[in-house]
Amino acid sequence: MKLSQEEKAMSKGEFGEALKWAINHQKEVGNFFDAKDFVSISSVHMMVDPESIGVDGVKFLEKLVKMDAKVRVPMITDPRGVDLDYYRPLGQTEEMADIERRTIQACSSMGILMTNTCVNYQTVMAPLLGEHLAFGDTGVVIYSNSVCGARSNFEGGPSALAAGLTGRTPRYGLHLDEKRKPTIKFTVNYEPQDLTDWGLLGALIGKICGSYWEVPIVEGIKNFPSSDEIKHFGAAMASFGSTPLFHIKGVTPEAKNFNSNDLKNLVLHEINSSNINSLRGEYGNVGDEIDVVVFAAPQLSIFEMQRVAKLCSAKTFKVPVLVCTSPQVYSDAHRMGIIHQIENSGAKVLQGTCFYNQYAREIGVAKNWVKLLSNSTKIVNILGGYGYKPALANMEKCILSAIEGKIV
Amino acid sequence: MKILKCHIGIGPKVSGTVLSANDNFSARYDLDRINGVFSRPNHKLFGEPYVDRILVLNESKGGVASAWMLYEMCARRMAPKAILFNKANTILAQGSSLAGLTICDRFEDGDITSLLDTGQNVHVDPTNGEVTVLPD
Repeated sequence: MKLSQEEKAMSKGEFGEALKWAINHQKEVGNFFDAKDFVSISSVHMMVDPESIGVDGVKFLEKLVKMDAKVRVPMITDPRGVDLDYYRPLGQTEEMADIERRTIQACSSMGILMTNTCVNYQTVMAPLLGEHLAFGDTGVVIYSNSVCGARSNFEGGPSALAAGLTGRTPRYGLHLDEKRKPTIKFTVNYEPQDLTDWGLLGALIGKICGSYWEVPIVEGIKNFPSSDEIKHFGAAMASFGSTPLFHIKGVTPEAKNFNSNDLKNLVLHEINSSNINSLRGEYGNVGDEIDVVVFAAPQLSIFEMQRVAKLCSAKTFKVPVLVCTSPQVYSDAHRMGIIHQIENSGAKVLQGTCFYNQYAREIGVAKNWVKLLSNSTKIVNILGGYGYKPALANMEKCILSAIEGKIV
Repeated sequence: MKILKCHIGIGPKVSGTVLSANDNFSARYDLDRINGVFSRPNHKLFGEPYVDRILVLNESKGGVASAWMLYEMCARRMAPKAILFNKANTILAQGSSLAGLTICDRFEDGDITSLLDTGQNVHVDPTNGEVTVLPD
């Protein structure tokens, strides 16, 4: 990679050991992907939940703090793994909470803002068209790239941290025009009706793409999606396919850059309702008993919270209901009485966490939860590997199922 | 000895026994990292122990968590020795860099999951972009 004078100095350790680690880590990754140089970034979003980093990851963060590491650009965080106001009832341990506290302490010491959200594009600051970023959380990246037209690769926690310290990232992948061109085409003969339908559509496209390096372009969408709908669409696509970018004709900002000539040689896939229903059928059946209902992945927006509150009104549940939202939405929802409405039913709202990165395996064992129902296509995909038998239904049916203790 | 050429990788030279499948990979989605086995029921390696094996898989998939997880797995010595992909995504490369885990991808001779079978012994040289199939 071609390095500037400043980058060479960082690499030699002239700016300290923390920056030396950071830039050399980025160089190694850049060389792996044939990056020619670095690109400056305006902000960073980092995934750093305690389940993923473990004790050794925390020690790594604390080592950087001792090196006097400080971030150079605004840097925020993905959801936490432990809601420190509500972890014992979930079967989470003091050891988990301790890792969480140490992580927060270390990140804060480096100047990282603990926003604890995977919907920062709805709550903190929406990225701009063409803005170069170093974002973690696949849902955040795919939304920022596709809906906002910003430019970020999936930056895992270590690389996001390195980007925060150096203020730059290797210029490869989605920072380059040529990697943003469509590689595969979809025609949709199906009209999604709710968040779960949008998630299923995204999941199918992601599943067919099956690669970080495929860029789908989608035609035939008749219902212009809301922010929450396209959030579920993108999050599911990224989860099922590791896909970081999509274009939708008439919806996303870069789709218009590609004409029929650009797309004529791409393999075309058609999606219809039978494809959607086939995937839906893999996740539970009417009448199946359930152990818990979870609304998360991504964290709920204020609109989704309002909807859950209305559905919960005057209801009581046979199984636990968990709702995960960001601290930003939580405080608004609290002020407007929405948290009270939801929790009056017996449901519990967790703030700054997302269920699947909360030691979901250990929670399942501690609470004897196996049959988990959610309206999130992303979470049912993830939790199959965590010992759960996940089931999928839309938000309304999830609430009705929680009342009955089985899928309605 | 057969040598398979690939793109320059990350990590130290290692030798070990292959565990191969034409399937994708995520540390979060597919592994029971406590017990060191593949835990996703519909994964082709479901139930297989992966610690100290040379994993050979199609592509990396899923979320960003795998980057920290590889570091955590290596620190507990509950990691594979190396991972060979047809195509790695950014997360697995980034995580391998922090963890000091060997990773290679983009093989010149085609689909690496069909070129290497479970049980074969190989030597992986990421600096030179070479995987050598060792005699039985």
